[in-house]
Amino acid sequence: MNFKLHVWRQRDAQDKGRMVKYAVREIGAEVSFLEMLDLLNEELTEAGEEPIAFDHDCREGICGACSLVIDGVAHGPGRGVTTCQLMMRNFRDGADIFVEPWRGRAFPIVKDLVVDRSAFDRIIEAGGYVSCNTGSAPDANVTPIAKQDADLAMDAAQCIGCGACAAACKNSSAMLFVAAKVGHLHLLPQGRVENQTRVGNMVKAMDAQGFGACTNQQECEAVCPKEISVNFIAQLNRNYVRALLDV
Amino acid sequence: MNLDAHIPAGALETKWQRYKSTLPLVSPANKRRFKIIVVGSGLAGSSAAATLAELGYAVECFCFQDSPRRAHSIAAQGGINAARNYQGDGDSVFRLFYDTVKGGDFRAREANVYRLAEISGAIIDQCVAQGVPFAREYGGMLANRSFGGAQVSRTFYARGQTGQQLLLGAYGALARQIALGKVTMHARHEMLDLIVVAGRARGIVVRDLVSGTLRSCCADAVVLATGGYANVFFLSTNAMGCNVTATYRAHKRGAGFANPCFTQIHPTCIPVSGEHQAKLTLMSESLRNDGRVWVPTKKGDRRAPHEIPEAERDYYLERRYPAFGNLSPRDIASRAALQVCNDGYGVGRSGMGVYLDFAEAMQRLGQDVIEQRYGNLFSMYEEITGEDPYRTPMRIFPAAHYTMGGLWVDYNLMSNLDGLFVIGEANFSDHGANRLGASALMQGLADGYFVLPYTIGQYLAAAPVLDKSAAEKTAAQTQQECQQSIAALLNIKGKRSVDYFHRRLGKIMWDNCGMARSAASLQQALQAIPQLQEEFQRDLRVPGGGASLNQSLEKAGRVADFLDFAQLMCRDALAREESCGGHFRTEYQTAEGEAQRNDAEFTHVSVWQHRAAGEPQLHREPLQFSHVALAQRSYK
Repeated sequence: MNFKLHVWRQRDAQDKGRMVKYAVREIGAEVSFLEMLDLLNEELTEAGEEPIAFDHDCREGICGACSLVIDGVAHGPGRGVTTCQLMMRNFRDGADIFVEPWRGRAFPIVKDLVVDRSAFDRIIEAGGYVSCNTGSAPDANVTPIAKQDADLAMDAAQCIGCGACAAACKNSSAMLFVAAKVGHLHLLPQGRVENQTRVGNMVKAMDAQGFGACTNQQECEAVCPKEISVNFIAQLNRNYVRALLDV
Repeated sequence: MNLDAHIPAGALETKWQRYKSTLPLVSPANKRRFKIIVVGSGLAGSSAAATLAELGYAVECFCFQDSPRRAHSIAAQGGINAARNYQGDGDSVFRLFYDTVKGGDFRAREANVYRLAEISGAIIDQCVAQGVPFAREYGGMLANRSFGGAQVSRTFYARGQTGQQLLLGAYGALARQIALGKVTMHARHEMLDLIVVAGRARGIVVRDLVSGTLRSCCADAVVLATGGYANVFFLSTNAMGCNVTATYRAHKRGAGFANPCFTQIHPTCIPVSGEHQAKLTLMSESLRNDGRVWVPTKKGDRRAPHEIPEAERDYYLERRYPAFGNLSPRDIASRAALQVCNDGYGVGRSGMGVYLDFAEAMQRLGQDVIEQRYGNLFSMYEEITGEDPYRTPMRIFPAAHYTMGGLWVDYNLMSNLDGLFVIGEANFSDHGANRLGASALMQGLADGYFVLPYTIGQYLAAAPVLDKSAAEKTAAQTQQECQQSIAALLNIKGKRSVDYFHRRLGKIMWDNCGMARSAASLQQALQAIPQLQEEFQRDLRVPGGGASLNQSLEKAGRVADFLDFAQLMCRDALAREESCGGHFRTEYQTAEGEAQRNDAEFTHVSVWQHRAAGEPQLHREPLQFSHVALAQRSYK
């Protein structure tokens, strides 16, 4: 297969950046999207040009490092997959493919397709955990947890923190990311103890990091590689209102 | 080289408890005056950094990823072992200890392994308290499943994403300490060297991967939690960034490297599809709970799997190892797969694959149960191969996955360099020559949550106060050396990319020091690698400069270390003239093709000392077994 790539190149945070065209040829259908970029980078390197910088690590959809907007969609055309799980068989031979970094004020560009997502770390630091020191835990089976609750908590806990939700949102809202963490911990007795302070603090941190508000467009769920449901956003809103009334 | 393991006296069962209660303490007021560096933020690094900060130490934590949450522990799928006997199936601390020692083919320290088994339960408690959503039964109790090398169900899991959930728990604990100002986190920073002052680890040199700036960070103790080196094979299940640089550079500064030839080849991975491939994908071992492994009984049988009748299938694991069957340990299952493929029975286009078949389990349990247990793994398989494993058996083949070898540490997890602690996969301590499934997560968290936080106090309580000016002087010197080696890589200005060399190194290692090794193949590798290294130094091209984000430069530094390290691995494999666990020397096998240990000569840890000129020197730490009888490992 052959493709015409249009890739965002930007030297550093200060550079203005531009789209650059590259032709890639004779790519097998079983090649992954990032492997295609690897092949292109190898060609660029041997031609003495700087390869395209992009974040990636595990290449199996779990670390959350890869982060490309492909043809205008965060993580590209697949459903429930990350960029690194995308195979070239999903594209038409001869297609023009547009590759851009995550969008959003809270995700400033570092270089080419690499963005700074530390805003997400700061949101978690504001309360995305259970405050329990090592060694103070009781026996694990002391508190039974209904299987349904544990399963639902796991649905939310699967979030890989890639940022696609915020990158896809026209308001750059990080609501699905925050809702997933709050929802996961709220569903478990261990996490419920500090639910109120957690909700307030995490939402405050989200605003402070420059993420926008949610207007229920549900783009986030559509691009989430773990298909985390927007129902968790509804739950977050309920939790938030309760936190406001009580605190 | 001093290889005293400092194993406390007393009965095996009470050693750790007694030792803990006699360790010297650091008073709370003094703890904050001690600065501890933790390199790496996986299960071991995050849990250690968080716990040390909770205790009151001043912690600086470094990782090369853009967030500590992305360390490669996140990709562990199947589960974590703990001797809780919640299933009432006869499990106990002793049994977990015994399975681990036996699984490791009697090449691990009894005292360390016993401690690990003893701590395992507390890890589950801790993780549940953090809100890790482990799988549960309808009554609300924790669920368990079985893993290779065990006849009890002691593996706790969170779907096929156990590593992710445990790491997010530890990352949460770390995030809390960052918010409290007790941990300073440095993401996108890579350790380039260890600062050693008068035989003591006193800090590290790091490169800020965004700005390219080098800087030194001095401390009272350094903890390496930098993972394993399976990427020496280029193709492995490790993340692309996993590397040996931190441990290898510490080794060059004097830390002994133990058993580098002990590498684990995981039996259930998706087979290689072509030259372009950058990494291999693991299919969790948990699949072997319900999947049956088979190949056709006829050589070169190219029929589709459903066209091959039952009578013409060879369920070779069930046939050869009836007691453990499809749940045989990883080294045995991998070797058996290689053997049937080499004999011409392999399936798939390349003939390098075997079937993992769920048809029988789906009939027995129904598709919905299989979907619940393995849904995410099945969809991952389908995305990559384009085949639906609910309808046709998976094709799998072994791939490099984990490394049991690592920096040598004593019972306190301290290397032979004072003040340098090594935890998790980066050390060599607990898995001997083969790690059992679901034991990596257990060891990483045991080290980080429950061992290091005690033992490091003992060192700090007695260590001389950090001489800042001496440390800074050495730091400046070390930093300068790092700067020079970066400049050297940039100045080669050859024609070939880093990946070109890495791929070739990987092939040399896989062919000659992989699942089966021989003196001849190892000697061949030891000739080929220096030639490749010479070519690397002549023909490498690293575009761009050193003063900005430069992913080619990062890789170049790592591959330069892999080229050096690969030779150490081969040397170690050559020196160990026996087969044990993941180390299979074709010259040493039983008539049935099983690994043949040589206990009389090799019941020891091989520890290598770096020498500036000449070959590395081999030292030995003898292993003593008083609670487990050394026996031929049998899973029949």
